[in-house]
Amino acid sequence: MVEEEVKKKFEAVEEYFINMGPQHPSTHGVLRLLINLKGEIVKDLKPYCGYIHRGIEKMCERNTYPQIIHLTDRLDYLSAHQNNEAVCLLVENALEIEVPERVKYIRTIMSELSRLASHQLWWCVMGMDMGALTTFFYGLRDRERILDIFEENCGGRLILSYNCPGGVMYDIKPDFQKKVKDFLTYFKKKLPEYNELLTGNVIFVERTRGAGYISKEDAISFGVTGPSGRGSGFSCDVRKHCPYSAYDKVQFKEILYSEGDSLARYKVRMDEMLESISIIEQLIDNIPEGDFAVKMKPIIKLPEGEYYQKVESSRGEFGVYVISKGEKNPYRIKFRSPNFANLSALDKMTRNSKIADLVAIMSSIDLVIPDIDR
Amino acid sequence: MTNEQLKERISSLAQDAIFEENKQFLIATISPKDLYSVAKSLKESKDTAFDFLFSLTGVDYDPSLTVVYHLESSTLKHKVVIKAKTEDRLNPSFPSVCDIWFAAELQEREVFDMFGVKFENHPDLRRIFMDEDWQGYPLRKDYKDEVNIIDLIK
Repeated sequence: MVEEEVKKKFEAVEEYFINMGPQHPSTHGVLRLLINLKGEIVKDLKPYCGYIHRGIEKMCERNTYPQIIHLTDRLDYLSAHQNNEAVCLLVENALEIEVPERVKYIRTIMSELSRLASHQLWWCVMGMDMGALTTFFYGLRDRERILDIFEENCGGRLILSYNCPGGVMYDIKPDFQKKVKDFLTYFKKKLPEYNELLTGNVIFVERTRGAGYISKEDAISFGVTGPSGRGSGFSCDVRKHCPYSAYDKVQFKEILYSEGDSLARYKVRMDEMLESISIIEQLIDNIPEGDFAVKMKPIIKLPEGEYYQKVESSRGEFGVYVISKGEKNPYRIKFRSPNFANLSALDKMTRNSKIADLVAIMSSIDLVIPDIDR
Repeated sequence: MTNEQLKERISSLAQDAIFEENKQFLIATISPKDLYSVAKSLKESKDTAFDFLFSLTGVDYDPSLTVVYHLESSTLKHKVVIKAKTEDRLNPSFPSVCDIWFAAELQEREVFDMFGVKFENHPDLRRIFMDEDWQGYPLRKDYKDEVNIIDLIK
């Protein structure tokens, strides 16, 4: 009786629209979501992008290839090193240049450090969105050590531009290996603290279990790659399927969970941090001697044709598609951004869940908005 | 499937397909009227199973407008590139593949915004990055904007 009355009252409630963003602490950037609510249940969700659209693809049509690398830093700024590597690998494969082994090892170590820094920032912001402010300080405190290593070797903390076609810009400093090993020893003691704080916490687990479910077929159809896709069982790690740089010389596992909810995506990233530590440990002591770059011509012209290169960035498969007419600028360049595909799946994930779950789902997908808008 | 078998399969679905091959992919250029049937068959047949559309791009080859679909199969691990082109620059129109691959919904909106290509049967075709009332299509080669684009080389 009471149940039927409650149902009737709910059916009579009007639907209304509220705006989340573009200025909102939980959207991690300038993104506007128009949410159609009935009571507290989300019926429909429309993303409005374009607040940080800078026309990077049009700008790249009049830039040379070394200049394009500086623009790719600013796309997904938390995985700047991986974005730079994609453009460099595309130019090197098109011109059929073989880089020295030392370069491959340095690039792989820097990529994995970048991935660790990105996952640390994701973890601290996920806790903060759910209300646990302590995680923000723990994550940033440890991430500062990686940023110090980057600043000393690459010249920048976030925007690196350390790769260039043919190799890297400068050689690593003599104390690079010691500093990275000290950081790994320190971080391995801190990672259990992270698990104590969030992973085993009953409030966190109850808020994320079952929230934002997406099945494996839907994840493939939407093109959700990276840790968000691997949380639904979609095996899409570019490092395993099409290895590049030094990834074919290391042993690591591809982390897959099959539940497809926010808790599974969380666990994928926590396990990926352990795998990154193991990859760096396998490589750090064996960096071969040699040159840090190959001498390239001053003006780089790609032969006529089309090229596609993909790398595994911290959020998914980042691809660069270049159509060249034999000149020093590309005729058309397109960046396949992983966050664009992940955002398109947000509507399906949040149907019929409460609005408080929306915050948990958005932080488990880990969006970076400048990568969507380019 | 090898590239030869894919060529045969696509030729049987679209008679006027033109093929070229580079080191990475097999590229098939078809006309827009065959696009939907080719796409549906490539996704649903068990021996091709192209279920992962990883990139949908618009290209302005003066004078034609082309849309490029990069497809991969998550089970069989083969890849192919389908291009559909039209010479009509005033009213270019392609069938939409949103119901075959969900990823196409936002990516087709981007191609509409930047090139002006309309997609039939798209649930919600409107601009995505530019303002709702923007005139012109920025990524076309003949786009002129005196205010925002500065031409340093005259």
